[in-house]
Amino acid sequence: MSIVGTRVVRREDRNLITGGGTYVDDLREEALATAVHAVFVRSPVAHARITGIDVAAAASAPGVVGVFTAADLGLEPHEAGPVREPWLADGIVRYVGEPVALVLTEERYQLADAAELVDVDYDPLDAVASIDAALDGGTLLFPDTGSNIVQVHGMAEFDDTIFDDCEVVVTQTILNPRVAPAPLEVRGAACAWGEDGRLTVWLSTQNAQIARSQLAGSLGVGEETVRVIAPDVGGGFGAKIGADPEATVLGWAAKRTGRAVRWVESRSENLTAMTHGRAQRNTVTLGGKRDGTVLAYRLDVVQDSGAYPRALFLPTLTEMMAVGVYRFPNVQTRSRAVVTNTTPIAAYRGAGRPEATAAVERAMDCFAAEIGMDPAELRRINFIRPEQFPYQTPTGASYDTGEYAAALDKVLDAAGYAELRAEQRRRREAGDPVELGLGIAAYVEITGSDAAGESGRVDVHPDGSVVAWTGSSPHGQGLGTTLAMLLSDALGVPLEKITVRHGDTDEVPKAIGTFGSRSLQMGGSAIRQAADEVIARARELAAELLEAAPDDLELDVERGVWQVRGAPSSTVLGWAQVAEAAGGKLSADVWFGGAKPTFPFGAHLAVVEVDTETGKAELRRIVAVDDAGPIVNPLTFRGQRHGGLAQGVAQALLEVVSYDEDGNPTTATLADYSFVTAAELPDFELVDMATPTDRNLLGVKGIGEAATIGSTPAVHNAVVDALSARGVRHLDMPATPIRVWAALEEAGKGSAR
Amino acid sequence: MKVSIEVNGRPVAGEVPDRTLLVHFLRDTAGLTGTNVGCDTTSCGACTVLLDGESVKSCTVLAAQAAGHAVTTVEGLEGSDGTLHPVQEAFREQHGLQCGFCTPGMIMAAVSLLADNPKPTRDEVRAGLEGNLCRCTGYHNIVSAVIDASGQEVDR
Repeated sequence: MSIVGTRVVRREDRNLITGGGTYVDDLREEALATAVHAVFVRSPVAHARITGIDVAAAASAPGVVGVFTAADLGLEPHEAGPVREPWLADGIVRYVGEPVALVLTEERYQLADAAELVDVDYDPLDAVASIDAALDGGTLLFPDTGSNIVQVHGMAEFDDTIFDDCEVVVTQTILNPRVAPAPLEVRGAACAWGEDGRLTVWLSTQNAQIARSQLAGSLGVGEETVRVIAPDVGGGFGAKIGADPEATVLGWAAKRTGRAVRWVESRSENLTAMTHGRAQRNTVTLGGKRDGTVLAYRLDVVQDSGAYPRALFLPTLTEMMAVGVYRFPNVQTRSRAVVTNTTPIAAYRGAGRPEATAAVERAMDCFAAEIGMDPAELRRINFIRPEQFPYQTPTGASYDTGEYAAALDKVLDAAGYAELRAEQRRRREAGDPVELGLGIAAYVEITGSDAAGESGRVDVHPDGSVVAWTGSSPHGQGLGTTLAMLLSDALGVPLEKITVRHGDTDEVPKAIGTFGSRSLQMGGSAIRQAADEVIARARELAAELLEAAPDDLELDVERGVWQVRGAPSSTVLGWAQVAEAAGGKLSADVWFGGAKPTFPFGAHLAVVEVDTETGKAELRRIVAVDDAGPIVNPLTFRGQRHGGLAQGVAQALLEVVSYDEDGNPTTATLADYSFVTAAELPDFELVDMATPTDRNLLGVKGIGEAATIGSTPAVHNAVVDALSARGVRHLDMPATPIRVWAALEEAGKGSAR
Repeated sequence: MKVSIEVNGRPVAGEVPDRTLLVHFLRDTAGLTGTNVGCDTTSCGACTVLLDGESVKSCTVLAAQAAGHAVTTVEGLEGSDGTLHPVQEAFREQHGLQCGFCTPGMIMAAVSLLADNPKPTRDEVRAGLEGNLCRCTGYHNIVSAVIDASGQEVDR
């Protein structure tokens, strides 16, 4: 029986549960033995002109090795969309947390004391602390550009005639609030220049090879001069893609001082200076007939990009995924991205797709409420049908496979939807102050959207062991186990003889790494491709050794041996002998280039209770189908869904990054940011479904982000559903008690008039 | 100042600044990097260790306060023969960890929780681990791991 599809506990775990793994701050490498410690002095104001920096007192403080500002660097600023972002603030600061100076000390405990002595004079400017302030344009972050709008995409002007035939049209502005990725391991790096003139950077990153290219480019050296190593990485969620600007400054400082440098940010820095996610304001307009047929949909996106627009693909990806799982005949989208005096926005688990899903799934519920139809029924009427795949959306996506109605029905069956609706009615009839709310979200997302491919290498050694190198860069997903399972299945070699390596640019020079749920479909396909090449080569070698025609040979994967087909009693060859015959090592080093995006989908049902007297909304159940095709390891597959669900639920109910009107962050510690805990979540109810794709060698789609995407609007819709009988039609996330209370107050006023 | 602490059954002594936090004593003086720092407000629990058998967040205890006391870290759970502690074994079996960064603190908090309540319900586990944050697992499998480690059947 194949190991693929069976539950296999992770090989990664032993180190992590006994010694706690080796994250950047745990490194005790010889090259770092005399490393200095680093801290960035960061802007305490959102928008200001720097009129002077006095580093004299800091430079003479105990243990200080160096204090550096923009004036010292001499590095070309990097591009951030149409503007330039300095490595250290140069003349103007544009968000609280922007790095202004770097301080190096001999001892870690000297850092804070010395940093406090760096004297920066700030001449405050008006802060652009909201999307409205940005659009207003009264204050510009980059006056040379003439506008705070840094990107416009989609329709220049909307055409209202698409709604002409509609009997009902609903419109709603929906905030998709800014949230913090907040991996448990904050950002960290260690840099050491060797006597050979090469720079080694240990970096908490999802993409060592991208980071290497970025660092080489920014430091003005050849790529071969830089080696990046991703040690154990304590979560990324999209916010550790490549190298952040700090790494370049650290690499520069290591060169300048001739000392190895190590850096780990504080959590407060992490919550203000690591990129945030989401931060969109979306206006939806959806029209159709009273029988539930939707005729037209419009999505107008405003993306808050923060102070430096590092990820302008986000709003356009939201546009591309606008229609979700529905066959809307008329669709219009537009997006504008603005800059504000806030932390830059970049990828966070889902990155553009959760925003699209949240918008269309709220729009569907608003429409269902308006025509008085059950939201499940409305969705069924408008789903793209199974026979319509591959389905080309009006917004430019080519969906591979989908069974959207089946996914929803599975979820509703598993949840007992009819009984839940009955319970909701009973509570309402009894005047129960604790309302029950049911929220549905049906979703489709895109994984591996970059379609850039991935590297894979497989070596079979004469001792029968297998070593594989993947360009993917797992940091908690368990991909090392998953890839070993694929190899075991393909080669017939037991797991314990297989090693999977990743994350060192000297070992894996060419790779993309991990983001966008691409790793199994691309990294896995690359490993499969390499294994297939190894098998093809082994067939030739075994044929020579057994004096048979290659076509007559077969690999018995149960035993891991080559034999002549139909002659089971004949001589067999193990992998060790074949590797020996190959001259000591049988190797295939490939690039899986035939990568195409895939489209996982699913449906979630959230059940919430909302206490209308206190405003508190609590999630009681969440039932989920997340279909990402065939499953290699159900253990880690379910783990990815669990994590996604928690983050999605957290955005709907709890988490939001906030600023005051002057651009001061008010959620800059974990005491202030409502990071979801175990006590706020129920057990998750997962329902299985697996619809393969034809777009890669394994038939798989990505599962890393899917559950995040479905769960946020499911919970959001559930809260609104709970309050619907009391006149509430919408409230923005997160559904905190004060917002729920305010929505009830507002609705009460309306009904009183 | 000179501080001596019994760490995982062996004495560790070092000359450290007065303000040294226990977590840094463990990581830098004792050389045990399993205990992680995840925040600066005593919120995340990644640094949880046992101090005389009780769980504490070692970022909020001075090394000096622990002087003369016994500290257990995640490195101290495994048997000398390589046998995993039941909580470690359960975290692996139930996939109670992904990136692993919160895991040492989570495991120590779980050990402490089970010492106080050997047969907790799932809700009791959730309440008991509220001070330990995890970003990867959604907590479901962490709860299952603690239930498993308590010898109760995991039914979801």
